[in-house]
Amino acid sequence: MTETNIRYRYDGDGVPGFEPFTGRHASAELLDLYRSMLRIRRIEEEIGRRYHEDQMKTPIHLVIGQEATAVGCAGALRLTDLLYSGHRTHGAYLAKGGDLKAMLCEMHCRVNGCVGSRGGSMHLIDKRVGMAGTSAIVGGAVPIATGAALAAQMKGEDRVVVVFLGDATTEEGVTAESLNFAALKKVPVIFFCENNFYSVQSPLATRQPNRDLRNWAAAHEVAAVRVDGTNVLAVHDAVATAVALARSGGGPTFIEAPVYRFRAHGGAGDDSATGYRAEAERDAWESVCPIAQFGDVLGQSGLLDDPAINAMEREISTEIAEAFAFALASPNPTEEDLYQHVYATEAGPTDAVG
Amino acid sequence: MPWDEGLVNSLVYDQPDPAEGRVTSYVQAVNEALSLALAHDPGVFVLGQGVDDPSAMFGTTRGLQEKFGRDRVFDTPLSEEAMMGVATGAAMNGMRPVYMHNRPDFVLLAFNQLITHAAKFHYMDNGQTNVPLVVWAAIGRGWGSGAQHSQAIQGLLVGVPGLKVVMPSTPYDAKGLLLSAILDNNPVCIFEHRWLMKKDGIVPEGLYRVPIGKAVCRRPGRDITIVGASHAIELAMQAAERLSDDGIDAEILDLRTIKPLDEAAILESLHKTGRILVVDTGWMKGGVCAEVGCVAAERGFADLKAPVARIGLPDVPTPAGYTLEQFYYPDAARIATAALDLVRHGKAPGPVSSR
Ligand SMILES: Cc1ncc(C[n+]2csc(CCOP(=O)(O)OP(=O)(O)O)c2C)c(N)n1
Repeated sequence: MTETNIRYRYDGDGVPGFEPFTGRHASAELLDLYRSMLRIRRIEEEIGRRYHEDQMKTPIHLVIGQEATAVGCAGALRLTDLLYSGHRTHGAYLAKGGDLKAMLCEMHCRVNGCVGSRGGSMHLIDKRVGMAGTSAIVGGAVPIATGAALAAQMKGEDRVVVVFLGDATTEEGVTAESLNFAALKKVPVIFFCENNFYSVQSPLATRQPNRDLRNWAAAHEVAAVRVDGTNVLAVHDAVATAVALARSGGGPTFIEAPVYRFRAHGGAGDDSATGYRAEAERDAWESVCPIAQFGDVLGQSGLLDDPAINAMEREISTEIAEAFAFALASPNPTEEDLYQHVYATEAGPTDAVG
Repeated sequence: MPWDEGLVNSLVYDQPDPAEGRVTSYVQAVNEALSLALAHDPGVFVLGQGVDDPSAMFGTTRGLQEKFGRDRVFDTPLSEEAMMGVATGAAMNGMRPVYMHNRPDFVLLAFNQLITHAAKFHYMDNGQTNVPLVVWAAIGRGWGSGAQHSQAIQGLLVGVPGLKVVMPSTPYDAKGLLLSAILDNNPVCIFEHRWLMKKDGIVPEGLYRVPIGKAVCRRPGRDITIVGASHAIELAMQAAERLSDDGIDAEILDLRTIKPLDEAAILESLHKTGRILVVDTGWMKGGVCAEVGCVAAERGFADLKAPVARIGLPDVPTPAGYTLEQFYYPDAARIATAALDLVRHGKAPGPVSSR
């Protein structure tokens, strides 16, 4: 594969790189963002490493390469803000504060998984931390998040809702319908589009005319911005701006974040060798790895050095090893569990506004 | 829909006896349920295409926006799938939306959100979320409604776990079941029938509930159970009158809810009469007729003195033309004939598609 095979280039078009720290972010916050991305990367790598052992009987969609979007976004949210996502859940769940053990139990189909082994990797949900819902149907979570934002607005809550979607999700009619309604009612929702240029193995060019996704969103009267999806601070700031707009009643924002998944659409490995995308393309994006980039910037600013990184790595690797051991030792569900929670209890007290 | 308004208006119904309680219209009963729910619970809101327009969803939503405001009673974009998702998302976050449709045909655009999302979230997230959503639609019939404006889709939903499906047959039930549906913590579909909506009936004022999942006996009888819901009950009652002239005493069981089915009531009635004829406003194959019939065959076999019989729509889309429609929809006479054959000769009607 040569340079010329690169279809989707990291070109920084309209996406500023790291700016000098202005003091807007405390050092502890910057280090947290870094650590959070590193932790997700290592968790994903370990899942990838063990996947062939077939203990995790669940389809996986790794977020390796896409850590800055999840972490930058969740970092700009409050615990009470809600996050919805599609099938690619791992980053969102972990960044929003979902419990690692509960996640790995879920992936190992154990009864103490975050959703009791009914969901698997595509339904990592924990309402206590605002990881509110996911859909394995492309576009499915988009109107639901919009409805959650409508509920927040109707109840007069100071809550913002973010929904993660992929570039292909913008092709589903329901996404356009949702943008229209969100703009109409000015509900506090943020459509966060991780544009990784591929839907499974179909490139954007076979699916959409050559257009600027911001214009598509703006045609629905939704504020639309683009941000470098490999730059955690840029993502954080873009989301913070959208959150402020939403909280002040200004309505929805569509954020397009170009970013790249380093692995295959699903499963553990990379499938670039099949030819649907150039290995050179992947390599080019790997050279702008969100974690390495941010690490370099932190290093240059004197906030992070090798011993500090090594200490983080050790902590993270211990946590991961313990969580896997915990999951593998956890009990399986019983036949009785199969029949739980098909219907909610009859007419419970309403938990509506009051 | 304006084009069958004249037809619906021309339908004549028996007037209930006002001595038994307050008499009001079916439409008014639905309107009262919505109004009471909106007043009672600030989480309730009503949305749907045209709920605030002059025809006010056949009159069922008349005056509600004036009373409860534009935030709680509102028109929607023509975006059935997204709006079903929006209602689901709101329901998952403490609200109790009632999403109204002129016709079940339009709900089909939203099956992804209804079946694959609303009905499954409670299960998929292990009970973390409830989805107290009501989806309301009125089945059309006649005056050219045709293949795309008269579908009675309840049969498509009887096999969907997580959903409840309700089909009232009287104004009393329409109000009481709608209030139960709004209070229910699960997604509930209510399919009304346009031909019932000009009916009057005894309807108590104020809040009351008719339980979801419980059938009711409309007419006790010894010889045969005719079981169904919604407008099929009206036809069955007319058929029962004809049958009594022939000395046949039919029991009419109104399911009220078709999912979950009140299997105990079906089996109890079958145990008494030994014969069962299932009637439905929807397609006979694979739907309510098939499911109820299967329950009878599977669990009531020992009580059966005759084959399980069913009368629903033939395996044909609804024609728009008047004459074809007369062949298409079963009437009281056809139900009575089938019941007579079953009781006298132990013979179920032949396959509808070959009729
Ligand atoms: C309605 C629907 N169609 C197809 C699929 C199969 N599918 C699963 S993920 C996916 C790709 C979606 O791409 P995108 O929205 O860009 O998200 P990404 O996977 O790139 O994160 C497809 C086609 C699906 N799950 N749902």
